[in-house]
Amino acid sequence: MTTTGLVQGASVVAAVLFILSLAGLSRQESARRGVNLGMAGMALALGATIALALVRSERPAGVTAALILLVLVVGATVGTWRARSVEMTQMPELIALLHSFVGLAAVLVGYGSYLTSYPLGHAGSGAGADTVHAVEIYLGVLIGAVTLTGSLVAFGKLSGRLKSAPVTLPARNWLNLGVIVACAGLLAWYLTVVGPASGAAAVVPLLLMTVLALALGWHLVAAIGGGDMPVVVSMLNSYSGWAAAAAGFMLGNDLLIITGALVGSSGAILSYIMCRAMNRSFVSVILGGFGQKAGPSSSDGPGGEHRETTAPTVADQLVAARSVIIAPGYGMAVAKAQYPVADLAAKLIGRGVRVRFAIHPVAGRLPGHMNVLLAEAKVPYDIVEGMDEINVDFAETDVVLVIGANDTVNPAAQEDPGSPIAGMPVLQAWHARDVVVFKRSMATGYAGVQNPLFFRENTTMLFGDAKDRLEEILKSL
Amino acid sequence: MQIGIPDDAGPLVAATPSAVQKLGALGYDVVVTEGAGTAAGLPDDTYRDVGAQVVSDRAAAWECDVVVCTTVPDDVAERMRPGTMLVSRLAPAAHPDRVRALADRGITALALDAVPRISRAQSLDVLSVLSNVAGYRAIVEAAAEYSGMFGGQVTAAGSTRPATVFVIGAGVAGLAALGAATALGARVRAFDVRPEVAEQIESMGAEFVSEPAAQQQVSADGYAAPLTQEQLAAALRLYTREAAAADIVVTTALVRGTAPTTLTAEAVAAMRPGSVIVDLAAPGGGNCELTVPGERVVTGNGVVVLGYTDLPARMPRHTSELYGTAVANLLTLLTPAKDGEVRLDLDDVVQRGMTVARGGEVLWPPPAVQVSAGPPAPATPQAEEAAPGAAPGAGAPARRRPAWLNGALAVAGAVLGGLAVAASPAETVGHFTVLALAIVVGFYVIRSVTHALHTPLMSQTNAISGIILVGALLQIGSSSVLVTVLATIAAAVASVNVFGGFLVTRRMLRMFRRTDDDGDTTARNDAGAAGATEGSAR
Repeated sequence: MTTTGLVQGASVVAAVLFILSLAGLSRQESARRGVNLGMAGMALALGATIALALVRSERPAGVTAALILLVLVVGATVGTWRARSVEMTQMPELIALLHSFVGLAAVLVGYGSYLTSYPLGHAGSGAGADTVHAVEIYLGVLIGAVTLTGSLVAFGKLSGRLKSAPVTLPARNWLNLGVIVACAGLLAWYLTVVGPASGAAAVVPLLLMTVLALALGWHLVAAIGGGDMPVVVSMLNSYSGWAAAAAGFMLGNDLLIITGALVGSSGAILSYIMCRAMNRSFVSVILGGFGQKAGPSSSDGPGGEHRETTAPTVADQLVAARSVIIAPGYGMAVAKAQYPVADLAAKLIGRGVRVRFAIHPVAGRLPGHMNVLLAEAKVPYDIVEGMDEINVDFAETDVVLVIGANDTVNPAAQEDPGSPIAGMPVLQAWHARDVVVFKRSMATGYAGVQNPLFFRENTTMLFGDAKDRLEEILKSL
Repeated sequence: MQIGIPDDAGPLVAATPSAVQKLGALGYDVVVTEGAGTAAGLPDDTYRDVGAQVVSDRAAAWECDVVVCTTVPDDVAERMRPGTMLVSRLAPAAHPDRVRALADRGITALALDAVPRISRAQSLDVLSVLSNVAGYRAIVEAAAEYSGMFGGQVTAAGSTRPATVFVIGAGVAGLAALGAATALGARVRAFDVRPEVAEQIESMGAEFVSEPAAQQQVSADGYAAPLTQEQLAAALRLYTREAAAADIVVTTALVRGTAPTTLTAEAVAAMRPGSVIVDLAAPGGGNCELTVPGERVVTGNGVVVLGYTDLPARMPRHTSELYGTAVANLLTLLTPAKDGEVRLDLDDVVQRGMTVARGGEVLWPPPAVQVSAGPPAPATPQAEEAAPGAAPGAGAPARRRPAWLNGALAVAGAVLGGLAVAASPAETVGHFTVLALAIVVGFYVIRSVTHALHTPLMSQTNAISGIILVGALLQIGSSSVLVTVLATIAAAVASVNVFGGFLVTRRMLRMFRRTDDDGDTTARNDAGAAGATEGSAR
């Protein structure tokens, strides 16, 4: 039995463990076991790989071992520090950043693989790999580069370092298409020069393509606005998976292919779910620019009088209510209001009020973002319900608190066929007896659509920072 | 303004006390004729309790500013004062003379059975309410006539098989019928020419009988379009075949007031003795050739054909309650200021659609309205009379590529993929196999993840996509310094992913807790969730 054989065996076990790990994550009860299985799989794969790396090392094994140790120490230190210190409201940024790391690693591994197969300056001494291998390297670098810059832009937008409004260059779709065509052209050039004797010549098209792909990734995500980020982040999740799978092809490593495909399909399914929740096609989200058209909503534009309320009044309403539904949105995350929200819920439950949370699939900036924030604030997950489960219950609800959500509770989506968000499934909060909307001002939401809910006669508005207002309510209780 | 609730010809009443209460809140004075609600189990005192004026003079309610009823007598125009408003079912297409008479007297008439089929108007749509009730009652009538039990029973002396119910047309009435039949334990099969309702049928626990030859394209207005000759013939063959195998047939095909034939005399002749047909299209003449509207008929081979036209009125309590809610919703729409004054806004498509007479003019039929969620299609005639329409809230997907295009794309993709694989060396083909299988496995594994766990799922996939570390580690030992440097950087960032991803996922999952988890209750500063019983030690 050889080391290679052992490594292959370990890879198979690791792949199975990864599949079981993702399957475990499908339910709350088995989720923690899922993570542990994933960690076991990773430990197994890394252990076997390190053994193989030391056996195959072309320089003294001690040097290689030291480098590997260094790398793991760096990774463990930085990774642990980020994982411990990140705030749950910053989860979307962290995930976007981690995606960019996979992209960067894919690009570097791609170049490493190229240089191993076709060493510079030693024309003729390469491993003499075939065209297929050359194409695999090219595609791996391409996908990795798009993932890298795309994720960095998403990270920038989510963390507020970049403006979240879409960047709309003129003819942007043609620009994207042009870059893709150019990459195809460079591939043709690259294939004519690449070969055992190519030396440095084939690096030129590879480098040019990398620059183009980096620009493409930047532009693709820059053109998409902040509210579509749940789709973008899950799309980048998918890309990072395909980047890993492409690396698997170029290295001939099945474990990488399997893992990459799992991650790739996971991200693709999440993107699909998010798009369906917005009633928009994937293509329209990816092409970007949404929310920029000058308010083409129905002719008159619902307007009218809104009524303001005060925190003590809301407290009285809540105490008198038998059932309350809380519908949080991105605004809750911005105001970091999940703790007072959870306190409020616990107090009301203690007084015998039935309290539940209604989560729209695209609430927040990440799939499932609201659930994580509420879990952080110790809200039991069995009172946090999805849109389809809870929509039927609004009619029998006394008070709905809308906290920092706008488009996801907009009745125009169902009632105004001319609205830009017509047909999007929404939380039907307006069926409740009373609705209280926590909002900083009367500004429109991400879709740039006025929300007729604010002018309904059963709606009152509570302006100001959601966290401060909730704390006032808690005091009045 | 005064709203009058006269006693109707049937057992129904147009407003229950709860509806009267809502009308009172809108600023109206309500006048109810003595005994109007008695048949629906609503004595006069229940109306007095909510502030209505109960009068014994039967003409008084008809002389109010707004009259609301469920059916109108032939002399309705004479009973009412000129310039007042009538809200009722009016069947404007079937009774143009009545509409004319109302218009001539200067009465504003709103037909509750001409509500446009758009989602905003659903809460006013009494047609859909009545269809729903009729569908339910159809099963109750059938169960009473049928010589056996609906649900299969296991007794000491052997077991019986469940009855088979076949429902034609899955509109509001059809869906209610198949829901009721399923609840009684019958085996239910259903068919509709509109393919988009298959999902609704299955969601109610029934089987959808598929027959592509008899089906048409997705409809634009929620109604079935006329069938072609071939489709018609295929549908008739299907009905005959299914009816012969069924114990109960409920047929609900009523398109814009006319009832096409679904069950021919031969089809009925092929049915088993003791079977029951309930014809919900009897008001339009009936779907079954042997139906006599309003009557119970027994055929020569012992099949009972029920053509009752008063099914909703056989359950007056709930029908009145639902009708009253629709009336209250309509008056809420008509009274924007809540001051007891009606303001009719003919620019609103809902109000325009319902208004059949105003200021001496007949306003029927209104301009066409498209179903909001439907795909664009040529304008079609208006909705009227009891008909199976789109189920409430059912929005057909707006974009749908033609099936052949999807098929063609799939074939093209498969051919391209196949060519790419065929051109690759054997080793790469193996990799493609692994890739394809892993994608399929991934699809099935991820599809069942609950929404609440999507964020942990993403950070977990993030962590495992750090597996690219494996590739980087193998390159570190390269003899080329450049490769080693690149690989070291790659391995460093990838290992951040591995460690960071797993740890943050664990951290998130530790936060998720159920109401009854009390692992660290002491750490919580509040008294805990409802129903959590604390141990005596705490």
